[in-house]
Amino acid sequence: MFHRFVAATALAGIVTALLLVAPTAAQTRKWTVPRTADGQPDLQGFWNNTTYITLERPKGVTTEFYTREEALQMMKRAADEEAEQTEPGTIADVHYDFTQFGLDKSQSPLALNLRTSLIVDPPDGKLPPLTDEGRRRAAARAEARKRMGALTDAVQNQSLMVRCILMDRNGPPMLAGAYNNNYQILQTAGTVMILVEMLHDPRIIPLGARPQLPQQVRQLEGSSRGRWEGDTLVIETANFTDKTAFQGSSENMRLTERFTRTSEDTITYRFTVDDPATWTRPWSAEVLWKKAIGPLFEHACHEGNRGLYNTLAGARAEEKRAAEKTPK
Amino acid sequence: MPGQLRPALVATIGLVTVLAVVSPAAGQARGYRAPRTADGKPNFNGVWQAITEAYWDVEAHAAAAGAVLELGASNAVPGGLGIIEGAIPYKPDALAKKKENYENRLTLDPEIKCYLPGVPRATYMPYPFQFIQTPTYIMMVHTYARAVRTIYMTDHKDAPADSWMGWSNGHWEGETLVVDTTGFLDTTWFDRAGNFHSDALHVVERFTATSPDHLLYEATIEDPNVFTRPWKISMPIYRRLEKNAQLMEFNCIPFVEDLIYGHLRK
Repeated sequence: MFHRFVAATALAGIVTALLLVAPTAAQTRKWTVPRTADGQPDLQGFWNNTTYITLERPKGVTTEFYTREEALQMMKRAADEEAEQTEPGTIADVHYDFTQFGLDKSQSPLALNLRTSLIVDPPDGKLPPLTDEGRRRAAARAEARKRMGALTDAVQNQSLMVRCILMDRNGPPMLAGAYNNNYQILQTAGTVMILVEMLHDPRIIPLGARPQLPQQVRQLEGSSRGRWEGDTLVIETANFTDKTAFQGSSENMRLTERFTRTSEDTITYRFTVDDPATWTRPWSAEVLWKKAIGPLFEHACHEGNRGLYNTLAGARAEEKRAAEKTPK
Repeated sequence: MPGQLRPALVATIGLVTVLAVVSPAAGQARGYRAPRTADGKPNFNGVWQAITEAYWDVEAHAAAAGAVLELGASNAVPGGLGIIEGAIPYKPDALAKKKENYENRLTLDPEIKCYLPGVPRATYMPYPFQFIQTPTYIMMVHTYARAVRTIYMTDHKDAPADSWMGWSNGHWEGETLVVDTTGFLDTTWFDRAGNFHSDALHVVERFTATSPDHLLYEATIEDPNVFTRPWKISMPIYRRLEKNAQLMEFNCIPFVEDLIYGHLRK
């Protein structure tokens, strides 16, 4: 039960860290944002946005924040579930052992946060209701997906994530997945670059008054433009595709991301989704990014995607075997 | 005189600086001094692109028909003078493999499958790339396959793992950015003609600004498993001068899925 031991050890680390965080407001105020050589607030370095907090507030939770004890219980439960995933003999065990390779959340840099949901607005911590158009689109997408057949019928039936095209870490907005939620931020005079380790994805964000791409030019990750508002980096992104569909969004979703360095080892990342074709009102979420240790490694996902190939090839082989067994 | 430099020392520093600037590496345009970044280094930030027939073949070659019948002249190979002096010094077995690669390029060329392009090929593919330059890291971000190279300017170390784009340690020699890259896989090619290397590849590149809008690119390529001796390539790289020059998304995986997985469709 080595992995159980690892998870327990890591959790002890979390507990210790949690007792050390949550500085008082007075402490936070004393700290000043470092500057780059040309005077920009300095967001540079390696960061990790791993969190156990779910996008929407869990059922039965009614407060905006957990008490420290509740947060610890929630994290312990989640860490136990991660360890269980790799129980020998289970289906989950077919995947490599997350805890053994240090890929589980309890062993990631983890900014501690007592929030009960990443969504901070609406105040109930839930996605706003869908509009009629949003509901119709969701139904149409589900219907179209059904017509495509089983997951293993064709490569296009698999998710963008499985195909190494787009993951939740890439976004935008950039949200943690199960593991490897690593980022590197670099700043030059007119440009911010956020290297997302997953899919070796370089987001390049020009700063200043550059216009967005023409309306007809649509990209999976949209088109991003940045500016400074005080010490906050604000990135506006539009020109998404219909395939991006973040939480069911339309291609006309407009995204505003705000990066504020709130301590030496924390960036507060807040984003607002404005998509009147999908939701009855804009909504916002907040995630803490924790300082991490570099370097980022090359995630050659597509090049090494044997899993996808074998999934499809395995399904065809099984069909062939079944056909051979059927008496003629 | 604490806090002040003596005139003789100032003169000496000046002389050293002048010497550093005017004793260029072979091939460097004499006297051009690039604009500087905040930390005083030549500023390579911006969008660049190589314009060369080396996309097809790094060696000198005559025009030829393309490998896809239906694409006719639109996919034909234009003639080019090559970016190396003479021919690549292949070992005999390796030359045979190169010819085999060429014959089977439609199935073997990693570019066709949207695989990471490797080094130096990334530098002279027919797409723009961007330098993001900071004192500690210089990123080379390529349009093609979103390939990224991190050049470690201060934290030099041996490659911790082999990779498609290798592990790059860099330093400045006056006007020149020198990048030393090892830790490669044997999975990438040099061009569309099947020129190849092993995982022992070692590339040393030199980027030198020769005008506000040109870089001279030189690279020494070494791989004792494949070549009898090190060999060199060189070419200019041009700044993309459009006012709105920027890298566009080129996530090419969806473009090749039917090619790679199409035969596995139910």
